[in-house]
Amino acid sequence: MLRFILRRLGLAVLVALTVSFISFSLLFLSGDPAIAIAGEGANENDIAAIRKLYGFDRPMLLQYWDWLSSALRFDFGESYYFRLPVADLIADRLSVTMILGVCGISFALLLAVPLGVLAAIRPNSIIDRVALFLSVAGQAMPSFWFGLILIVVFSINLRWLPASGAESWRHFILPTIVLGYYAMPAIMRLTRAGMLEVLSADYVRTARAKGAPEGLVLFKHALRNAIIPVVSLAAVQMGFMLGGSIVVESIFALHGAGYLAWESIGRNDLPTVQALILVFSLFYIVFTFLADVLNAWLDPRMRSS
Amino acid sequence: MTDKPLLSVRGLTIDIPVASGTLHAVRGIDFELMKGETLCIVGESGSGKSLTSLALMGLLGGRISRRASRADFDGTDLIAASNRQMRRLRGARMAMIFQEPMTSLNPAYTIGDQLIEALLLHKKVGRAAARDRAVALLEKVGITSAASRLGQYPHQLSGGLRQRVMIAMALMCEPDLLIADEPTTALDVTIQAQILRLLVDLQREMNMAMILITHDLGVVARIADKVAVMYAGELVETGPAADIFNAPTHPYTRGLINCIPVPGKTARGAKLGTIPGIVPSLVGEVTGCPFRTRCSEAVPACRGEIPVRTRHAGRQRILCVHEDGQRAASEVPA
Repeated sequence: MLRFILRRLGLAVLVALTVSFISFSLLFLSGDPAIAIAGEGANENDIAAIRKLYGFDRPMLLQYWDWLSSALRFDFGESYYFRLPVADLIADRLSVTMILGVCGISFALLLAVPLGVLAAIRPNSIIDRVALFLSVAGQAMPSFWFGLILIVVFSINLRWLPASGAESWRHFILPTIVLGYYAMPAIMRLTRAGMLEVLSADYVRTARAKGAPEGLVLFKHALRNAIIPVVSLAAVQMGFMLGGSIVVESIFALHGAGYLAWESIGRNDLPTVQALILVFSLFYIVFTFLADVLNAWLDPRMRSS
Repeated sequence: MTDKPLLSVRGLTIDIPVASGTLHAVRGIDFELMKGETLCIVGESGSGKSLTSLALMGLLGGRISRRASRADFDGTDLIAASNRQMRRLRGARMAMIFQEPMTSLNPAYTIGDQLIEALLLHKKVGRAAARDRAVALLEKVGITSAASRLGQYPHQLSGGLRQRVMIAMALMCEPDLLIADEPTTALDVTIQAQILRLLVDLQREMNMAMILITHDLGVVARIADKVAVMYAGELVETGPAADIFNAPTHPYTRGLINCIPVPGKTARGAKLGTIPGIVPSLVGEVTGCPFRTRCSEAVPACRGEIPVRTRHAGRQRILCVHEDGQRAASEVPA
């Protein structure tokens, strides 16, 4: 198991390095950064001065090395727009995004896994139909529309929950529902399919033949095997929620990292965009790694491969 | 041997709902088994052998229905018993080994976990005691360095070893009845003989009753006390193994036994016996003898009610219109 973890960790670091190089190169793919910084109406000399000031005249690999070594110390340079350290800017916004992401995926899992298991135990029953309806609805409803409906109902008409901001835990309830409900259908369907397959497996029959009570059969013998693909999916969805919750963050004015990324792209604020891309990719890498470790723990066959 | 049978089944019937109606998979079979006895149920694929064993264990799927006028296991009615009662019997007093050793163990847990669980589900013993029992049984089923195997996962073991583990698991609580559903079919020929030998030895040592389901008549001849020949959901012939092998009576049993080549008797290059035709569909109303379309002894009466005939002072029972399973020369073939 330890060898497996170390090997996966090594792979994760390699992927992270590759991603960091790509996100650094973006700066150069999007045109001459010096011209962008200098702004409109700058002459040749101004641009050359900026090029010298920011070190853009040096070889690219050297610049990458500089950027990487400062990035490792959480120094991503200064935002062109805010004139503040990018690291502070991101740290400020990331807490909101992380709370939202963790709440969103938890909500999705807590809703989807039990529903998927119940649907699989009684296929074509009322519970299965309801679960199917909920998942189709979740897949078909755009987040922005569902978010607005929730605001209209719970914030404006019933006045139970705030519609925007991130001041208290109550502000996170509606965004969590919108974000989590969007991720729920895939997890639910995968849990249901996995459980259906596993419940007809020979080893589940063996467990019953041993005289195991139904709860033990379902949760010890079946679910552990059925949940393995769900873990991988949830990891990807978690990464998506941390980076791509721009829509939900905008609707509920939750100014998180996703919203910052969207703003920074519009402002040509390259150091911020660069750092955010790196951070979002690292989230994916970390969650994929954690999912691999969790899966290896769940399924011993994966440890040797 | 006591007079009271350990297992007594009368009129066991299994129906499976299918798209085109009801599949009458097993239709009113009777058999009984004394303590320590071995009953072999033989028959071709689809004849209802496995369904019968699953029905006894209460492990049929939700849509399959079973009924019987009597299904008594040492005082418990296996059909009427609650889920809770069945759960207490399963694994403790009646255990089962399946055909597929490769997939019958849970890939996510160690051999040790699964063996120990079988004991802890039924007996109030400590984990250490359960572990000792697991090691002892693994040794008994012929697994070397048993203690270190406990930490291994099923995927690290071969098919033969996995079947040995399954046997050890079935025996953890010293059951009174062991049902082995084609336990050697999925194994290499060399391993098959070892596993059978092992089952027979263990059965004698622990004085268990055993129901062995197989389509290998050679195996039956070696180990059975009683034989039940199953065809298309009916037990066409039941009786002591010696009688059935010496004097097979039902045309189907005779056909099966003719299919076995006998060294020294069957000429080299001679055609092996075969039974022409295929098993009839059991969907919808099934009347008359299901074997009549393939039977050389068939007469018009085979379409009607088939009487149960007993021979050898009631020890042997056959389902046939003919007293001795053979058409008289005067009768008109169907």
